[in-house]
Amino acid sequence: MPGSFVLPLLLALPLLGAIFVMCTPKEEFALHRGIGLFFTTLTFAVSLLTLSYFNKTLAGYQEVLDVPWIPGLGAHFKVGIDGISLWLVLLTTFLMPITMLAAHKAIDRHVREFTAAMLILEVGMIGAFISLDVFLFYVMWEVMLIPMYLLIGIWGGQRRLYASIKFVLYTMVGSLLMLVAILYLYTQYGSVTGEYTTDLEKLTSLVLPHNAQVWCFVAFALAFAIKVPLFPLHTWLPDAHVEAPTAGSVILAGVMLKFGIFGFLRFAIPLFPYGAQVCAPYIGVLAVIGIIYGALVAFAQDDVKKLVAYSSVSHLGFCVLGVFAMNSAGISGSIFAMLSHGLTTGGLFLGIGMLYERRHTRRLAEYGGLWKQMPVFSALFLIITMGSAGLPGLSGFIGEFLSLFGTFNAEQTALPMPRLLGALAATGVILGAVYLLYMFQKVFFGKLDKTKNGSLPDMSDRELVVFLPLVLGIFILGVAPRPLLRSMEPSVDAFVNQYHNKLVEPDGPAHLQGHAAPTASADAVNAPRADAGNVERDLGKIAAQAREVERTIEAANLPPPVRVAGGAQ
Amino acid sequence: MTDTSLQFAGIPLVAWVAALPLLGAFINLLFGRALSRNAVHVIAVASVAAAFGVAAYLVFGPLLTQFRGHEGEGPVEISRTLWTWIEVGPADSVFKVDLAFRLDTLSGVMVLIITGVGTLIHLYSTGYMSEEPRYAAYFGYLNLFTGAMLILVLGANLPVMFIGWEGVGLCSFLLIGFWFENESYATAGRKAFVVNRIGDFAFLLGMFLLWWVTKSLDFNDIREVAQQGSSQLTSDPHFMGFDRWATIICVLLFIGACGKSAQVPLYVWLPDAMAGPTPVSALIHAATMVTAGVYMVCRLSFLFSLSTTAMLIVATVGTITALAAAFMAFAQTDLKKVLAYSTVSQLGFMFVAAGTGNWVAAIFHLGTHAFFKAGLFLGAGSVMHGMNGSGDITRMGGLRKHMKTTRATFLIYCLAIAGIFPFAGFFSKDEILGGAWAAHLEGWGAYGKVLFVALSLAALGTAFYMWRLYFLVFSGEERSEDAKHAHESPWTMTVPLIVLAGLTTIAGFLAFPHLHPLDNKYLHLLSGWLEPAINGATESVNSDGTTYLLLAIALGIGATGIGIAYSLYGRGPSTKVAGWTAEGEPLHEAYLASKNKLWVDEIYEVIFLKPFRFLARFLFEFVDRFVIDTILVGGWAFLVGLFSRLMRWVQNGQVQRYIVGMVVGAAAIFFFVSRGHSPTFSYKEVPAGVELRAEPGEGLAGVGATYQWDLDGDGQPDRKPGAKPDATDAAAFVSDPVLTVKAGDLAASGVTLWIKPPGGKKAVSVTRAIQFDSPDRAAAEGSK
Repeated sequence: MPGSFVLPLLLALPLLGAIFVMCTPKEEFALHRGIGLFFTTLTFAVSLLTLSYFNKTLAGYQEVLDVPWIPGLGAHFKVGIDGISLWLVLLTTFLMPITMLAAHKAIDRHVREFTAAMLILEVGMIGAFISLDVFLFYVMWEVMLIPMYLLIGIWGGQRRLYASIKFVLYTMVGSLLMLVAILYLYTQYGSVTGEYTTDLEKLTSLVLPHNAQVWCFVAFALAFAIKVPLFPLHTWLPDAHVEAPTAGSVILAGVMLKFGIFGFLRFAIPLFPYGAQVCAPYIGVLAVIGIIYGALVAFAQDDVKKLVAYSSVSHLGFCVLGVFAMNSAGISGSIFAMLSHGLTTGGLFLGIGMLYERRHTRRLAEYGGLWKQMPVFSALFLIITMGSAGLPGLSGFIGEFLSLFGTFNAEQTALPMPRLLGALAATGVILGAVYLLYMFQKVFFGKLDKTKNGSLPDMSDRELVVFLPLVLGIFILGVAPRPLLRSMEPSVDAFVNQYHNKLVEPDGPAHLQGHAAPTASADAVNAPRADAGNVERDLGKIAAQAREVERTIEAANLPPPVRVAGGAQ
Repeated sequence: MTDTSLQFAGIPLVAWVAALPLLGAFINLLFGRALSRNAVHVIAVASVAAAFGVAAYLVFGPLLTQFRGHEGEGPVEISRTLWTWIEVGPADSVFKVDLAFRLDTLSGVMVLIITGVGTLIHLYSTGYMSEEPRYAAYFGYLNLFTGAMLILVLGANLPVMFIGWEGVGLCSFLLIGFWFENESYATAGRKAFVVNRIGDFAFLLGMFLLWWVTKSLDFNDIREVAQQGSSQLTSDPHFMGFDRWATIICVLLFIGACGKSAQVPLYVWLPDAMAGPTPVSALIHAATMVTAGVYMVCRLSFLFSLSTTAMLIVATVGTITALAAAFMAFAQTDLKKVLAYSTVSQLGFMFVAAGTGNWVAAIFHLGTHAFFKAGLFLGAGSVMHGMNGSGDITRMGGLRKHMKTTRATFLIYCLAIAGIFPFAGFFSKDEILGGAWAAHLEGWGAYGKVLFVALSLAALGTAFYMWRLYFLVFSGEERSEDAKHAHESPWTMTVPLIVLAGLTTIAGFLAFPHLHPLDNKYLHLLSGWLEPAINGATESVNSDGTTYLLLAIALGIGATGIGIAYSLYGRGPSTKVAGWTAEGEPLHEAYLASKNKLWVDEIYEVIFLKPFRFLARFLFEFVDRFVIDTILVGGWAFLVGLFSRLMRWVQNGQVQRYIVGMVVGAAAIFFFVSRGHSPTFSYKEVPAGVELRAEPGEGLAGVGATYQWDLDGDGQPDRKPGAKPDATDAAAFVSDPVLTVKAGDLAASGVTLWIKPPGGKKAVSVTRAIQFDSPDRAAAEGSK
C-alpha cells in the first residue's frame, strides 16, 4: 500500500531517539535536549508525510503495513490510519516538539532519562493510535503507561508518588478488564472461524451474542472511561495533573485523555455495537454530569492547574456525548473537540508552566494584575483561554458546537432524550465562561499588588516559539475547520454505517457479520433489530403448548390422571 | 456560481466591510506598541471610515439600483460566500454552514449606523483617550468590536451571526474591563461576558432546534420554510406543529437577544458596563452590541410572525424593561448610570415595537436612538473630560457657561429622547406607541392598548429623568470647584457631537407618521426600503384622527416630563424632592427602590451566585474529595491494604505460627467434613415402584442412625407387617434405610421419615411429597 513505510517510521524515529539519547553521557543536558527536540521535530515532519499519502475520499484504513508478528498467537504487527486517527497522530507529533521545547528550563535533572521517557511515550501514543491489531494496541497502551508513570513519579511535584501510583493503578484496573474481554473475543473468533487472530478488522466482523456484547463492552468501556475520564472515575486526573511536570500535563491532557474517546471509536463500539447501544444512555448521562460537574468543581479551585484539570473533565464530556450521538456531526465534532482540546488545554498547561517557572506557585491568590507586567503573555494566554471557552472563530467552538449539534439531532434509539441531554450539556457553554474568565481575571486583572509579581519578565523567545504554533493552530482550526472535517468525513460516515449494520445482526451464537445462523422465523432476519432470542423463546412456548394438547388428547382416552403429589388435593 | 463582481483584491466588498476594521485591529493589536500614537489612531479611524465608505458605496450604489429595479418580488441583496466554514454528514443529511455575508436593505441600514456612528466614536476617542498609555490596545479593541458587530449584521446565517454575536461579547469583556487594575471594572467586564453567555446558551439551543425543524440555518432558507411551509409544517404531527416549535425557537432566540440587548432579566450587565471608557459606552449603547438583539429579532421577523405567543413575550418583556429601567434611572446620581438605564429602557421600546410586529419602527428607533444615545454618551464624556473625570451630577451644575457646544448638542439629544418635535425621537417613539395602540395580533384583544399605556408611562419617566439630568448638569450654579473650572473639549470631541446632533435633527424625516395626507413613498423612505427584508412591514391601522391624537399625547407626555423636571430641578438639586424622599416620608421607599436599582443585583447574588458558589464548593469538598476520592476510591485501597496486612501477619516466617496455622486448619477441615448436610431422604422411580432412600447426612453424622417411616400419611411411624400394634421396640417399625414400595401405597400428603442419631439424641423428621416425573406412570399408578 502506498505510504506504508511512513507509519513504522513514525514509531522507529522516537524509539531510535530514545536509544540514541541513552547512549550519550549523563551530564550533557544541552545535548539531550537537542536530541529530544531534533527527533520529535523530525517525527513531526515525517508525520506530515502521512497527510500527503492520505486519500481524503476513502473511508478504510490507509498506509497499512501488515507483518506477521507472533504466529502462535495470530498477532500481527499491523498499523494503518483512517480519517479518525490521522489527525490524532498529527496532534501527537505536533505537540511533542512543543512540549520538549517548553521543558527546557523546567526539567533540570535526569534530562537524559526525561528525554528518553518522552520519546518512548511518543512511540506508545502513536502506536496506540495506529494499531490495527488488538494485541499490538494492548501492548502500546501499556507502553505509554510506564513513561507517564515515570514522568509523574520522578519529575513531579511533592505528592508525585501518590499521584503516579494512583494513575497507574486506575489505568491498570481498566486495562486488565479490557484484556479479559479481548481474550474472550479472541477465543470466540477462533471457535467460529477456526482461525485464531488478533487482527482488528477480522475481529470487528464477528458478532457476539447480545449479552456477551454487553459484558465485553462494559469491560472495554471501563478502561476507556477511566482514561477519558468519565465522571465518577476522574479523581486520578487532578492529582496526576497537579503533580506532573508541565510536559507531562500537556501530553496527558493533550493526547492521552483522547485514547478514551479513540478507544470507544476504534474498539468498543465497532466490536460490540449492541453493548454500546445498551450502555449509551448511562454513558450519555455520565458525560452530561461530567460536563456540568467538572465545570462547577473547576470553579471551586484555587490551584490553576487543578482548575484546568477539572476543565478537561468538562470538555471531554462533550467528546463522549458527541460519540454516543452516533451520527456524523456528533462524531466529527467529538474528534474535532479532541484536537482543539489538545491545543487549548495543552496551551493552558504550558502557560501555567511558564508562570510556575517564574513564581513557583500555582495558587490563584498569589497572582493578579499580571497583564501589566506581561502583556504579550497575557494576550496569548487570553486567546488560548477563549479558544478553550469555545469562542466562535477559534477552535473550541467548532468541536463543542458540532458535538452538541450531533447530540441534539441524535436518534432516540441511539441516545435517549437527545434534546434534553443536549440542552443540559450546553449549559457547559455558560459554565466554561464562568470558570475560565474567573481564572483569567484572578491571574491577569486587578492590581499588581504582590511584590514578587512586580519583576516577572514577559515571554522569552523560546516561550514565544512554544506558544505561537498553538495560537495559530487555534485560529486556523476555528476559521477553516473544513479541510479537517472533510478528511474525517468518509471514515466517520463509514463508522456510523457499520454501527447500524452490525446492530441489526440477530442475536444468537457468535457468528461473522452477514452470516447469521439461519433461524426458524423469517421475521428474525428481515425485521430490523429483531431479537432472535425472543423468537426462540416464542418457538419454545408454541412447542410446549403443542405437547400440552397432545397430552390432553391422550388423557381423554385414559382414565383421568391422579397425581401423587402433596397439597394437590 | 461564485459571483466575482463587487470584489476588491479577490475578496468581495461585502466582506471588506467587516474585514477592514478587523484588519485595523490586527495591525494595532500586533504591532501597535511599535507604532506612534498618530499611526495608531490613523489606522483605527481610517479602517472604520473606509468600512463606512465601502458600505455607503454598496448601499447607495448596487443595492439601491437593485432596490429600484425590484417590483416587490425577489430579494434585494448582495450575497457573497467566502468559503464553506463547517460541513459534516453524508450527502443526504449534510449540515453545511457557509462563511457567507449578505447585505440587504436591513443589514444595509445597520452597517451604515455601525460604521457611521463607529467612525465618529473612533474620532472622538482620539481626543478622549489621548492620555491613555495603552493607546494601541484600546483602538485595537475598538476596531475589533466594530468588526465583530459588522460580522453579526452581515452574517447570512445564524452561525456566522453567532461569530459576531460572541465576538462583541468578548470585546465588551475587554473594553469594559479595559482599566482592569480596578478589580470592580474587571468584574464588570466578566459579568458582561457571562451574562451574555447565558443568552448565547439559549441562542445556541434555538439555533439547534431551528435546524432540526427547517434543516437550514441560512436566513433566506428559513424564511422560505417559514413563509411557504408554515401551514404544511403545522399539520405535520412529527414536529408537534410548527407553530409550537416556532414559539419555543423564538423564545430561545429571544433569550439570546435579552442577553445582548439588556432586557429583563439579563439586563444587569449593561449598567455596570459604564466601567469602561466613555466612548466604549457610546459604542456599546448606540452602534454595537445592544442593538444586536433587536436586529436579530427583526432579521427573523418571518419566524417570530409565526408565533403570537412569542411576540407576546417579546412585547411584554420589552414593556417591563422599559418601565423598570426608567424607574431605576430616577434616583441615579452618576451621569453615565442614568444614561445606561435610559438605554435599557429605550431598548425595551424597540422590543415592544418588534413584539407588536412593528418591525420598521423597531429599526427606526434603533437608528435614531443610536444617534442620540451616542451623542448623549459622547456629550457625557465631554462633560466628564471637562470635569476632571468626575461623573457625579450632584457636583455639576452651571456647565452651560463653560461648555457651549456640548451643552447645545446635549440639549438636542435630550429633546430627541423626550420625544419633542421635530427631533428624531419624536418620530420613532411615536411609531412605536402608535404601533402598540394599533396592534391587532391574533388573540391579543386589547393588550396593545395596555402596552400603549405602560409605554406612555415609561416615556413620561424618560422625559423626566433625562431632563432632570440635563438641568442638574447644565443649569443652575456650579456646585463644585471642578464645575467652575470646567472647559470645553477639543474639536475631535465636539465635531462628532455636532454631527450626531445634526443626524438627530434630521433622521426623523425618514419615516413620517402614517397619515393619509402624508401618503407618499418619499415620506416613508425607511419602511419602503426595509420592505424586501422584513416580513410584512406593518401598515398603519390607526385612523388619521387617532394618529393625530396619539401624536398629541406623545408630545404632551414629553412636555409634561420636561415640565416636571424643570419645576423640580430647574435650578439645581431639588429641596422638594429631598423632602419627599426623606426617611419616613411617603416617597422614601420608592426613592430607595430606585436608588438601589430594585435590589436586583443583590437578589441575584442571593438566589443565583451564592448557591452557585456553594454548590461548586460542596461538589468539590464533599462529593469529589470525600465521597468519590476518600470513600469510594480510598475505600478500595483500604480493603486491599487490609487484606495485605492480614497476609503479612500470617506470612512472617515464624515456624511456630505456621504450625499453629496447620493445626487450626486441619481441625477446621475435619470439622467441616464431618458436619454433613441436613438429613433428608430421596426417592426415585424404579420398575417395582418407588425406591426411598434415607440420607442422614454425609460424613460422620449418619453413622449409627436409626430410621422410622410413615408411608401411609397417618402421622405415625409405620409398623412392620405383622408386628404387634402396641409394640414400641425399634424392631417393630419399618426401619430400613432403603426400601421400595409400590407407588399406590404412598400417601398423597407425603412421606415422613424420622432419623434418630446415635447416643439418644432427639429424632429429626423430614416430610416430602412424592411427585412422579412421567405423567403416564403417575396416571397408571394412581389408577390402581
